[in-house]
Amino acid sequence: MPAAPLAPEGRTVLDARDIGRALTRISHEILERNKGAGDLVLLGIPRRGVPLAHRIASRISTVEDVEVPVGSLDITMYRDDLRLKPARALLPTEIPPGGIDGKVVVLVDDVLFSGRTIRAALDALNDVGRPRAVQLAVLVDRGHRELPIRADFVGKNLPTSLSERVSVRLADLEEDGIDAVSIEAKLEVTE
Amino acid sequence: MKRHLLSAADLTRDDAELVLETAAELRSLADRPIKKLPALRGRTVVNLFFEDSTRTRISFEAAAKRLSADVINFAAKGSSVSKGESLKDTALTLEAMGADAVVIRHGASGAPHRLANSGWVRSSVVNAGDGTHEHPTQALLDAFTLWRHLGEERKGGLEGRRVAIVGDILHSRVARSNALLLKTLGVDVTLVGPPTLLPVGVESWGVETSYDLDAVIPKVDAVMMLRVQRERMQGGFFPTPREYSRRYGLDGRRMATLQDHTIVMHPGPMVRGMEITADVADSDRSVIVEQVTNGVAVRMAVLYLLLGGSESESTE
Repeated sequence: MPAAPLAPEGRTVLDARDIGRALTRISHEILERNKGAGDLVLLGIPRRGVPLAHRIASRISTVEDVEVPVGSLDITMYRDDLRLKPARALLPTEIPPGGIDGKVVVLVDDVLFSGRTIRAALDALNDVGRPRAVQLAVLVDRGHRELPIRADFVGKNLPTSLSERVSVRLADLEEDGIDAVSIEAKLEVTE
Repeated sequence: MKRHLLSAADLTRDDAELVLETAAELRSLADRPIKKLPALRGRTVVNLFFEDSTRTRISFEAAAKRLSADVINFAAKGSSVSKGESLKDTALTLEAMGADAVVIRHGASGAPHRLANSGWVRSSVVNAGDGTHEHPTQALLDAFTLWRHLGEERKGGLEGRRVAIVGDILHSRVARSNALLLKTLGVDVTLVGPPTLLPVGVESWGVETSYDLDAVIPKVDAVMMLRVQRERMQGGFFPTPREYSRRYGLDGRRMATLQDHTIVMHPGPMVRGMEITADVADSDRSVIVEQVTNGVAVRMAVLYLLLGGSESESTE
């Protein structure tokens, strides 16, 4: 048990403006690395990766004047802990009409932690097509990797303890319409 | 969800909606280059069919294979059952082989229930049609088809929609499962047929009944036609097939009285010219072929929800 437990409501580490700036920087880094938005496809990992992917796409389109295809990639059936929990509801997978063959796919997720979600996403991607390259953008990297996976674009590196929980709230998905990243004491074991 | 799917009545509204939502996600798999998901890798699904069936068995087989399960097909014809083996001994054999799910079709009403609750097998049991009792996955695929056409874009889903189920209700496990499930989903169901083909005790099903097709169909959002199951009939339930068609068949003239958005369904196999005419079956309103496509997605959803997660959670 943690020696000094945090308050359950947690400590905000990124507010809405921090998140906005991080996404703007990630958008520029994606463009720099790929020398434009030519073959890009952004795939968000539901749930919170999807609105993040859309926000990055809209930032890219204001900079480059190109519409980047955005989709979502559900990884539920590819999880390595599928058998450890009751059957989960599936989340939407939407591959943009142009497909992903020969494209540069940027996977977008909110928090990079063990790396297992991304491993599952790479497997899922394999069944959808063959991209020329796959890159990973995350809003928060909290460390504690269990697999040899790293992110190409990181909004914020957030050193955490395993007894903490990183909570990402996005206006598009929350009732209060507020963007925030906070660290909370882990009350019980969650994913 | 419970561990078995024996009756449409086992499903709460939340369960049923979870199946429909899962099926909606799985349906898009048909458009992908690799029509396979790894969810049931290493699991074994046995199709145990004591009665003839083409579409249901193929549909379950395709569903299990697309989820990467191993499938064993067991047809009673040509097996030890034709030598006199009992359901119990067949079940023990399957258990010894390590089946994770048994999909059973049987001519006797209640056979799946017996299999699930006898302690003979530990696997999940899915009823794929038992006698004149139930056929819950058919009801789910019908509900899914209705939902795609009449409920998806609508607040409350299928709540308050009206469906007529027409024909041989007495012998139809499809009608019984549909009546139960559609009621759970808030649909107003009317069963239409000649008095001889409405079952005793139908008033306790909680649905409307009518003998007059022409009075019912202009008001409904979907018409589900049923086959007259002559193989289950001994004696005269109606004077002649021709008279049956005239009063309870769906032809072009009756179709013209439907509302513009009303769809026509049939669980198959159809007898063209008897309960439905060819021009209706092949018309734009007919979603009969789509029902078959949806059947695979719905059965994938059922198998995934029954077998995809951990076993410990399944409380009965």
